[in-house]
Amino acid sequence: MEEILFNKPGEKIIFLGNEAIVRGALEAGVQFVSTYPGTPASEIGDTFYKIKNNFYFEFSTNEKVALEAGVGASFSGLKTLVAMKNFGLNVALDSLLPFLYTGTKGPTVIVVADDPSCHSSAQSEENSRGLALTAHIPTLEPADPQECKDFVKLAFKISEKFKIPVMIRTTTRVAHQRAPVKLEKITRPGLVTDKFVKEPKRFVTMPPRVLEMKKELLEKIKEIEKFSEKSKINNSSGMASRREIGVIASGISYLYAMEALKELDLKLPVLKIGFFYPLPEEKIKNFVKKLKKVLVVEELEPYLEKEVERLVKEVNCKLEVSGKNLLPEIGELKPEQVTLAIAKVTNSKLQIPNYKSRFHRGFSTESGQIPNSKFQIPKRFPQLCPGCPYWLVFSAVKKAVNETEVIFGGDIGCYMLAGLPPHFIQDYLSCMGSSIGIAHGIKKATGPAFAKASAGKQKLITFIGDSTFFHAGIPALINTVFNKSNPLIIVMDNQTTAMTGHQPHPGAPAVPNGIKIENIVRACGVKNLKIIDPVNQKEFIQTVKEFLNKNEVSVIIARHPCIFVK
Amino acid sequence: MKREFNIVIVGTGGQGLITLLQIIAEAAVTEGYDVKTSELHGLSQRGGSVEVHIRFGKKIYSPLVPQGEADLILGLEMQECLNAVHFSNSKTTFLINKYIVPIPLQKSVPEKIILENLKKFTGNIILIPAAEICQKEFGTNVVSGIYLLSFASFKNLIPLKSNSIIKAVKKIVPKKYFELNQKTFELAKKGGEPAN
Repeated sequence: MEEILFNKPGEKIIFLGNEAIVRGALEAGVQFVSTYPGTPASEIGDTFYKIKNNFYFEFSTNEKVALEAGVGASFSGLKTLVAMKNFGLNVALDSLLPFLYTGTKGPTVIVVADDPSCHSSAQSEENSRGLALTAHIPTLEPADPQECKDFVKLAFKISEKFKIPVMIRTTTRVAHQRAPVKLEKITRPGLVTDKFVKEPKRFVTMPPRVLEMKKELLEKIKEIEKFSEKSKINNSSGMASRREIGVIASGISYLYAMEALKELDLKLPVLKIGFFYPLPEEKIKNFVKKLKKVLVVEELEPYLEKEVERLVKEVNCKLEVSGKNLLPEIGELKPEQVTLAIAKVTNSKLQIPNYKSRFHRGFSTESGQIPNSKFQIPKRFPQLCPGCPYWLVFSAVKKAVNETEVIFGGDIGCYMLAGLPPHFIQDYLSCMGSSIGIAHGIKKATGPAFAKASAGKQKLITFIGDSTFFHAGIPALINTVFNKSNPLIIVMDNQTTAMTGHQPHPGAPAVPNGIKIENIVRACGVKNLKIIDPVNQKEFIQTVKEFLNKNEVSVIIARHPCIFVK
Repeated sequence: MKREFNIVIVGTGGQGLITLLQIIAEAAVTEGYDVKTSELHGLSQRGGSVEVHIRFGKKIYSPLVPQGEADLILGLEMQECLNAVHFSNSKTTFLINKYIVPIPLQKSVPEKIILENLKKFTGNIILIPAAEICQKEFGTNVVSGIYLLSFASFKNLIPLKSNSIIKAVKKIVPKKYFELNQKTFELAKKGGEPAN
């Protein structure tokens, strides 16, 4: 970890993609960093937090607030980086769009990590590229740790030149990829800032100015497109032995395409797109002009392919464009899928050593099956750690109620394991903080106003973690009080942000002058409130029973530290 | 060595797979190879199935080992090896810790059945009671992975010098655990004989 601060230009160090992002920011001279943890972006914040070196760093309460803090720092002239996972961008989107209109003062980079295949993401297989287009934010897609570092530095330069925030979009296989990275010099601008200079014309987005701002933004994008055309991060490699078939790829997909060409012993022209938005349209047109076939290799939705199809019509309408007809739109790409797709487009035979011995291509153990066998591989689900206090909460709840009659709301955190064996107490799960918001809707919909026979009889318990409560639970709690519904909310207070790697939050005991969850709950107007250590099973069971019969919302704060909290 | 060397390590969350990955990557770089690795973090790793990839050679593109192209599969838990069969071919070596982590509410797959299924893919299966050896010698099996990796280097199952491995262990493992790891390395040198 100390290697992240090595000031030895030229030396090669193995970095995780996320560490390389931090290194890039340090080399660029970052001054202000904010984040909310979320896999696969968490190590960015963790690394900054550990090294605390000549820059300001904070874990903000959520991604929207983190971005707003970054906007304020940028407006005050600081070089700023904000990091989050894909769902964080949804939370921050409200603040992101106007930030593109105002533009930056201090250069600002926003890192967003997508998670194709949902390795560590419960709610959806999100593709942040779509949001990049909505926001008109210039977006770069690195493929490996070296590019993570280089692209962050380039993003700061673009931001500085065009006064616009720039997004770095990674995916799990980039963020959690390790590879040697060549160091360059660390820049230490220090924590010096000019004061905030009043420029309402620049920082206030209000009609009629807002539409002028949109015009200015679109003009900036035109300029950045010219920059993108010239940028070396969009490059086509030569040495093609077959010139009529080409490959266009970006991010991790580029690495799989290169791997495939090596494996198939093919030399095709390859256009690597580093700049997802704005695309280097002329470069793409030039690349496809003389081709007969082109394969677009990208993960998830075919944003790139659609653009290529559009551009092809202008220069080479006979060109055959392949992409999602050969590659899946669901789940991350695997190198062998790309090899198969390229083999198909080029009519190549797969001649790989030992290939005959394999059962068949495309087989995977994900189904739990082994070919030519009825044997089923047992599935191992993630588990709450031995000694985790959540075992105690689930066990008390199960003793207190009839599981089949009570509705259980889940939220984002370790406690969503409630939905897996051996617990099975989770009837809905959506996004951060939503357990309470949805609980209110269900209670209303099954209450006296709608349901007849069962009016008000269906009880509802939600589980929400401490950090998630701070992140997005509070407005929903206020809504249950204001609009009068009566779920039982159990705040799973293990005093840390456990799932993402034990980051601190406003209510964690290690935080000086921490904010007590019970004070917030009381201030929201909740009358039925108890703080119980789930070790006290009897009291816990008793309270669950009692609170489920209340006509107003109730809250139990189940407080017992995570086994990793020291 | 052919163009590159591909390793997949499988086990369960908490068995130290990422540490092993870091050690192999570091050792490969010491020997002048290009290297790329892939790992997963987060909740799914908590006691669940874990799989990490390490590739090294002259020039490496993909961080993921393509299907059927693993040269070495290190299994820190026996049942987990079944999840990795699609990475193997007839030349692949499975180097396996003779160790079962039970799956809650399910019957563990018997050793015989596991080996039967692995043998459909490759004959190179080496089963080592690393957990038992380490438990007996050090009172902990936390170093089973280091034992297997060291064993692999001494038996030339991995094209990296044992010396590069121990150097990388020193760099990656926290200082207070280095001695235990070094002893494990030495113990593996004496080596257990393959069980089959």
